[in-house]
Amino acid sequence: MAELIDLVLLGMLAATALRVIFLRDLFAVVMLFGIYSFLSAAIFVSLDAVDVAFTEASVGAGISTVLMLGTLALTERKEKVTQHKSWLPLLVVITTGGALIYGTLDMPPFANPDNPVHHHVAPRYIEQSPQEVGLPNMVTSVLASYRGFDTLGETVVVFSAAVGVLSLLGIRRRREPASGLASESDNTGQADLSESDPGLRAHEVLRVIAKLIIPLILLFALYVQFHGDFGPGGGFQAGVIAAAAFILYALVFGIGSGFQVVSPNVLRWLTPFGVLLYAGVGVLCMLMGGQFLDYNVLASDPVHGQHYGIIAIELGVGITVFAVMLNIFYAFTSQTERVGQ
Amino acid sequence: MIMLEILSGFLLAIGVFFGLTGAIGLFRFPDFFTRVHSASVTDSMAAVCILAGLLLQSDFGLTAVKLLFILLFLLVTSPTASHALAKAARHGGLLSIPEHKHSVKGQD
Repeated sequence: MAELIDLVLLGMLAATALRVIFLRDLFAVVMLFGIYSFLSAAIFVSLDAVDVAFTEASVGAGISTVLMLGTLALTERKEKVTQHKSWLPLLVVITTGGALIYGTLDMPPFANPDNPVHHHVAPRYIEQSPQEVGLPNMVTSVLASYRGFDTLGETVVVFSAAVGVLSLLGIRRRREPASGLASESDNTGQADLSESDPGLRAHEVLRVIAKLIIPLILLFALYVQFHGDFGPGGGFQAGVIAAAAFILYALVFGIGSGFQVVSPNVLRWLTPFGVLLYAGVGVLCMLMGGQFLDYNVLASDPVHGQHYGIIAIELGVGITVFAVMLNIFYAFTSQTERVGQ
Repeated sequence: MIMLEILSGFLLAIGVFFGLTGAIGLFRFPDFFTRVHSASVTDSMAAVCILAGLLLQSDFGLTAVKLLFILLFLLVTSPTASHALAKAARHGGLLSIPEHKHSVKGQD
């Protein structure tokens, strides 16, 4: 039965991917990518990797879709017909794909208990982590404590994504009409302000529901952030969910209102703050006599030290991911408005 | 307990039925608005029935509370999504079939 579910999901995944290749309507492609992410999340759930599924659903299907739609608003909806011959790329892709398939022939059979991956470090994590770290969610122990370096690297990658987007696009603030100009052409200035920042003024239902739901989304983000030690969740997912709440606000009430709630200046500070908090915990560990990111020394009891360290670095991850997602959204959306003008 | 099982199975079957009709309607209905209607049936009726069926299956702990929250959330969000979709199409100038026929007649 489980194999049947896996087969159906994988088949749908392949069908979606094939459809993406042959579609020229990029809007439909973005929607299919959302479906693709949800299907992957379902596969991860059936593999019992709930944390990964959670990330895939929130990042892949949630935020990515919004960001890709933002990109579409900047560019065009239809893919251009390519003029040049595509034999060489096709050859490269076929060769790479063939090599990858050839590589899988050497892989050990799926889910075999004798596989090397089950004998390397996994037994240590499974047997020792309840005593060494003491968190019910073993994924968080591995991610935040045993593999703290990796996760720091991932956070820096997310941070540098924001740096890349901001250095290419930048966030354009809406110009407030200067006071002299405003008195001169009061009527037109007023009209401009309401015209340029409509949000979705006509959608009363959306506005009411958004007001109802945004606090709940934020509450859920906090739950995911601080419950990550006990269940699926953690900084990455929480940051994305919190960013989704503010993106919803900016979409429904207009980007100007979004800027008033979380201004780009605040984000500019928050983005590196998360990474610095993470690395700062590592440095603090060194100052207190341990090694970098060795949380044992943070408290008199090593297990308590682990808990403090993990909560702090998860918070750092959450803050950075939140700020980066919102930054990228702001950058795309403010560019769209500029193009529109 | 056996009553609960039967009720839960009944709700699940209804949910699956509405999911299936929604999917068929999405393919078979003639224009955008009727398709939104059938898709929204999947969103609201099918999902709600399936969740209610699962709620009866779970023993009343944290899982049941979570399912209940998802249920409430879906009851609020999915009609809103359908509404926003239809309104956006309307805003973009899409006419329903009777209106379209009428406008074509008016031009003649």
